Order: sequence, then structure tokens, then C-alpha cells
Amino acid sequence: MKKLINKPENVVREALEAIAIAHSDLLTVHFDPNYIMRADGPIKGKVGIISGGGSGHEPMHGGFVGMGMLDAACPGAVFTSPTPDQMLEATKAANGGVGILHIVKNYTGDIMNFEMAAELARAEGIEVEAVVTDDDVAVKDSLYTAGRRGVGVTVLAEKLCGAAAEQKRSLKEVADVCRKAKSFGRSMGMALTSCTVPHAGKPTFDLPEDQMEIGIGIHGEPGRVRMPLKSADEITEMLMEPIISDIPYKAGDEVLMFVNGLGGTPPIELYIIYRKAHEIAVKHGLKVVRSLVGPYMTSLEMAGTSITLLKMDADMLKLWDAPVKTPALRWGA
Amino acid sequence: MPVYRDDVITWIKAVAGMISENSSYLTELDSAIGDADHGANMERGFKAVINKLPEISDKDIGTIFKTIGMTLLSTVGGAGGPLYGTWFLQAGLKTAGKMELTLPDWTEALEASLSGVVMRGKAELGDKTMVDALTPAVNALKQAIQDNQPINAALELSADSAKKGMEATIPLVARKGRASYLGERSAGHQDPGATSTYLMLKVAAETWKESI
Repeated sequence: MKKLINKPENVVREALEAIAIAHSDLLTVHFDPNYIMRADGPIKGKVGIISGGGSGHEPMHGGFVGMGMLDAACPGAVFTSPTPDQMLEATKAANGGVGILHIVKNYTGDIMNFEMAAELARAEGIEVEAVVTDDDVAVKDSLYTAGRRGVGVTVLAEKLCGAAAEQKRSLKEVADVCRKAKSFGRSMGMALTSCTVPHAGKPTFDLPEDQMEIGIGIHGEPGRVRMPLKSADEITEMLMEPIISDIPYKAGDEVLMFVNGLGGTPPIELYIIYRKAHEIAVKHGLKVVRSLVGPYMTSLEMAGTSITLLKMDADMLKLWDAPVKTPALRWGA
Repeated sequence: MPVYRDDVITWIKAVAGMISENSSYLTELDSAIGDADHGANMERGFKAVINKLPEISDKDIGTIFKTIGMTLLSTVGGAGGPLYGTWFLQAGLKTAGKMELTLPDWTEALEASLSGVVMRGKAELGDKTMVDALTPAVNALKQAIQDNQPINAALELSADSAKKGMEATIPLVARKGRASYLGERSAGHQDPGATSTYLMLKVAAETWKESI
């Protein structure tokens, strides 16, 4: 598998060194422990918002650090949850004196590491609330699994909460925005290929040319079902049906539609997916009022897509439209 | 002859070597039902532990275990970091101030490790995790005490039980961790966490085979 890397063990470090220089107007990078911080932070009197996760999903989360979105992001090793000391130091660095929100994706490692960090931060007198995103409908939420994975809604929640915090809302209010996104958002993904973790040197799983994985996650693990490749429209139907029927979304709902590229799929194909997804949404009586299309939550070079729907109310629409100034999302500023 | 503090250091060095040697194997296991990072994560963690050893090798066993726990916690990441970190932190609390370990000492420490891992990760026996190797290992030690076994025999029995527990994960459907997203597809694959746990206990039996 060809990659544009030097030594596998230096991948994360070298990327962070570059992020520090390439986006020095917006970000600073702290090493050992590693976290990415907004350059003008901490903002006194503003709730600080921290997220994090394994590297390999760029721009999630480091690319979302800046005004109107995250105050800090903690990057772990590739596909590996970051460690408590990273979140603890980031929490202290982002502390504006009115509390910190941790946005945590529902994965066993993320949950444990963020929990330990929050315990340590509270022991130092910092008020921390944590909200867990778990929007992936591919995995049944049951006693027999680790629960639904946190995926695309996380990006949307970071934007909405970032705007809420920028308005100087309280910690509880900002956390409530996150909880709203959590309960109104659903996602599902699929893959045409696996991806190659630098250390492993070969794809995490073999996917024959004529097959696809439905219900994929973002860490290279296989999905729920492998089946013969279908057309973009048929694939979109297979993703949209479980998404729409889960909550369920109802006729008249106003939604944001997020068609995400997992890294190896070109934008032109994401738009083909969007076309059918939009048609299906409209057929169900949904009003698609906002859109996001692109590789915002990647899985290294995995070819594939994930779709996220988020039901929007008036407040959420205002928060989405509010100015944001980060490497990956920038409008109004 | 109990397990002396220096024997504990020898064990940790041997664990680090074993993890390095088995890094690809652990990665393979973690590719089948995970995200292919277990080998790299553990190797990074134990390399950091080796770097810490010079400054703690004159300390008591509890301090050594606690330092190893903190080091793993801050370097391994993922689920393995908090779980193996908790393992050594709890063992460290139980062995505070000790310069040698009897069989009851080691058993108590490992039992505390198991409790900590269960509290942190909330796994139960049969969920297809490291708990499936660690639980029988602890039970074997307790049985060995009842049967008046010397330490080295107890460690062999414990490693053997861990091995059986590890192999028993193969047919299981995962109910915890990343493997659980695969549902039925996780069956037929050995759990990577149970494997690294067994290997650590196997190395303990080999390292301390002169202890009685």
C-alpha cells in the first residue's frame, strides 16, 4: 500500500508539527502531551469545548479548532483514543473560568480516557460536563454491544456548541445543545475499500473488487454486512432507510444533510450520493434546509461515504449559520 | 524463595521484549476484529515503561507497579491504556512498600487488577475481552494457594488457565469494545486483549520459575 509518509511511528508527530506551522494564525500545538489549541485562547468567560480521538480522521478534530467551534482537540495515535493527560492539559489550557464541555464519541477507549481525564480535572476544581455522541444506526444499541458509535453528528455538534459557547451561554446551555444534536442526529456509512494503518502496512481487511461493506465505522474495522457492489443510488437507499426510520424523522422535519467522504472517495461521487439522498429525504416529506458535503470525518484513505441527518430547530439553524473560523470550516469570519 | 523486587523488574523487561516480538501478531488479531492498533499501542507503552525503569528500579514493588500503570495510561491510549493502566495501578496499591511477593501477595495484587479492570471497562466473563483470560488466571492462583502449591507451580497453572481463557474467546461473539460492532462476524477470532494478558502471565511464569 503506497503512502505519503516517512517512518510510520512519526506520522502523527510530523503531521502535528506541520499543522502548527500551516495554521499558525488559528492554532497552536502543544506537544507531550499533544493537543491542538485555538491560538487566541483561552477566552475568559466562555465555556471551553474540547474533543478528541484517534488521528487519521483529519480534519476531525484538530481542523475544527478555532473561533466558533472547538477550543482544543486531543489527537491520539492513529485510530487510538488519546490519553487522559492530553485531555487534562487541554482542559486546563482551554479553561475560561466558566466550565468545560467534553464532546466524546462513543467508543470504549474514548469513553474511558475522557472519563479519567474529567475525574482528574474535577479534582483540580474545573467544572466539566461530558456529552457522548452515538449517532451510528449501523450498530444496534443493546446490552450486547459497546453501543452505537459516535460519528458524523460529532462534527455538527462541535459547530453548534462552538457557536453557543461563543454567545457566552452557560455550560449547561451549551451541553444541552450537544444533547439536542445527539438526540436529533443519525448516521450510517459504507465502504468500497478498507484503509491501511501506517504501522500495519497493509489494509485492515481485504475487500474484493466487486464487494462493499455496509455499516462501516471510521477505524478500518469491517462493517456489519459485506455484499456485492451496487450503484450509488442503491447504496444511498440502503443508508438512508435505516437513518430515516430510526428516530424516526417525520414529514415536515427540517434537516441538515451531511454527506461525508471517508477520505478515498472523490467529491464528485459524494455529490452523486447527495443527489439521491436529497431525493429520498424529500420523498419522506423532509425539508433539507442546510447541507455539508466533503471529507470532514475521514478514515485515512478508505473509499466510502457516510450520511448524517440532523433535525434542526430555529436555534440550531442560527447556531449553524453563526461565524466560524477554523482550518476546515470557515464562514462569516 | 519469594519473588523479589529485582525479579519483578526482570519480568517487566521480559514483558517488553515479548510485546515487541508479538507486536505483529497482536496487530493481526486486532485487524480481524478491531482497528489494527493493539500491537503498536502496547509496544509504544512498554518502550516508555523500559525508559522509566532506571529511575524506579531501587524502589518498592508498589511504586514500580504504580509508575508502570501511570506510564501505560499516558502512552498506550485506546481501551488498552486505561485497562492495563488500571491493572498496574491497582496492583501497585496492593503491593505498596513490599520488596518481595509471596504467592498470596501476587494473588491479591492480580485480583485487585482484575477488579479494577472490571470496574473501569465494565466487561463480564464471556464478553470476549481480557477479562476472559485474567479471571481464570486469578482463580487458578487462589486454587493453588488452597492446594499449597509453590509459587512456580501456581504461576504455571495460572498461565495455563489464562491460555485456556484466551482460546475460549475464539467462538465468542464480542459484547464489548470495537469487536462488538461486528456482531456475529467477531466469532471465530481470538481476542487481542485476552492474548496480550495471557502472554504477560506466561512470561511471569517463565521469569519466576525458580521462585517457590
